Amino acid sequence: MTTSLPQIGLADLAPLLPFLVLCGGGLLLVLIDALVRGRPGFPWAPITALLPIGALVAYAARWDHMTGVTKTFGPMYIEDAFGGAVGVLVCIATLLAVGLSGSYLDKVGRSRGEYYALLTFSASGVVLFVSTTELLSLFLGLELLSIPVYVLSGYLRKDPKSLEAGMKYFLLGAFSSAVFLFGGALIYVASGTTNLVAALQKVPGDPLAQLGFIVLLSGFLFKAATVPFHMWTPDVYQGAPTAVTAFMATAVKAAAFGALARVLFAGTSVGQLIPVSDMLWWIAVLTMTVGNLAALTQSNVKRMLAYSSIAHAGYLLIGLVVYSGTGDPDALSGVLYYLLAYTLMNIGAFGVVIAWGEKGREHLEIPDFAGLGWKSPALGLAMLVFMVSLAGIPPTAGFFGKYFIFRNAVQNGYTGLIIIAVLNSAMSVYYYLRVLVALYMQKPVREINLGRPQVVGLVVAVCAVLVFWVGFAPNSFLPGVPAIVDWVQGAEIVGR
Amino acid sequence: MGEITTNHYLVLATVLFFIGTLGVLGRRGALTVLMSIELMLNAVNLVLIAGSRQWGNLDGQMIAFFVIAIAAVEAAVGLAILMAIFRAKESVNLDELSALNE
Repeated sequence: MTTSLPQIGLADLAPLLPFLVLCGGGLLLVLIDALVRGRPGFPWAPITALLPIGALVAYAARWDHMTGVTKTFGPMYIEDAFGGAVGVLVCIATLLAVGLSGSYLDKVGRSRGEYYALLTFSASGVVLFVSTTELLSLFLGLELLSIPVYVLSGYLRKDPKSLEAGMKYFLLGAFSSAVFLFGGALIYVASGTTNLVAALQKVPGDPLAQLGFIVLLSGFLFKAATVPFHMWTPDVYQGAPTAVTAFMATAVKAAAFGALARVLFAGTSVGQLIPVSDMLWWIAVLTMTVGNLAALTQSNVKRMLAYSSIAHAGYLLIGLVVYSGTGDPDALSGVLYYLLAYTLMNIGAFGVVIAWGEKGREHLEIPDFAGLGWKSPALGLAMLVFMVSLAGIPPTAGFFGKYFIFRNAVQNGYTGLIIIAVLNSAMSVYYYLRVLVALYMQKPVREINLGRPQVVGLVVAVCAVLVFWVGFAPNSFLPGVPAIVDWVQGAEIVGR
Repeated sequence: MGEITTNHYLVLATVLFFIGTLGVLGRRGALTVLMSIELMLNAVNLVLIAGSRQWGNLDGQMIAFFVIAIAAVEAAVGLAILMAIFRAKESVNLDELSALNE
């Protein structure tokens, strides 16, 4: 007896186009690296920048298909508006991170092709990770996005801090991947299907499947850096090369929240049986409180931004609490909007830190920034914008992001949670303002010589402008590109 | 004594998984931690294959192959980082990794 295998043609590859551009482009970079090995001054950053741009073009070409659901390779890859939205966000984050990397690697003197190839592979992993509910694709996406970042964290192999960050991230990341897989495997044993949503709907009351789902969830929460799985974050963010930290804090976080949202869709359909929403409620409260309290006492700016990113993960979780509790698609739009705002302000802030670093020596302590607001007015102003936005003060994207998530949660009756969140948000103003106090109200302790203009300056400028534009863009001024608010509202999860 | 059922495999896999977890959380040698993670991944493989046997489909077995491949990738990356650390410090004890948070 023979069974006929399904035919796979070129048409099946079309939905995968953005993924293929990033992944294939990464392979191409490896090849180019082998050919030009060791040639100093090779323009890696501009060449790499073409890949996320190419992926964005691919998304634009597939835009019309994303209003519906297209599945390809059987059920393995879902193309829908939500996956597209997170993918576009990640391409933007990657593009900005590549811009930072060019200047950063020049300063540390280790500009090599493999760095950019790894960055691109990781971005392609994110695209896969947020576009599926199949256990196998989720696992492959998770590993494809994580393993390159382990290497990138330890990329500066002469620097013990970078090595330590790489080791810690690797061990805990591999551990969490194993936990994630164990949860998925339990769900498979309980149901006999590897599609997580179908599995949980097939055996809604099964204790083994529920246990599996909770174990699986902790794997996601690790990547999203939420309490109690946040301990690695400050060390890894501090020790990793600053441009990698910017990428981790934005693209990897967007991946974790995107995939978590899609899998929670499975949780909502059996929401009465697994109290996912209640669990996430507590995790959200703990995450933002722990993150903010710890950030108050930090003097290293990367460490401060690491704890701040934990706090922001808490705010983002509010959206998922509401989504898993009520299934309100507006909650998800709020999360997407917040992720976009967070990406811009965070990459911008790391960009300013890189721009102010000297060749061979970064200045990361907050007192090192004393007086720089006057000595380097343009970057100082940009830092002001990012800190104000991170603190959630209007009229910036950071404010509107919080506003959308909090308003939606109150409308759905989560008032208690929002009171805690607003108090937290007020507390966070303290440590963001501390940076500004150093910038503008203290005497300079070091000379700064920025030298010729760098790409990082351009990235910072773009981020600063977009932080306002995203906040103020009820209508789009580019024809064919939907306004951000419409766009995130259109990006519902329809594929399962 | 009856035949070996899926539950037996599950119990065995859970025990292996917890031994691995204890190794990751309790041991201080980076190499031992790496091996403990491999043990956890093999526990996962056992669950997947037991599931495959129970439901009579090949999905679990297929995923197990991917897990084996990716475990090798992880080991390669992990050992490379380990080598770099050993060159710098002549030690792979995790307690001696404390350059951060000073």
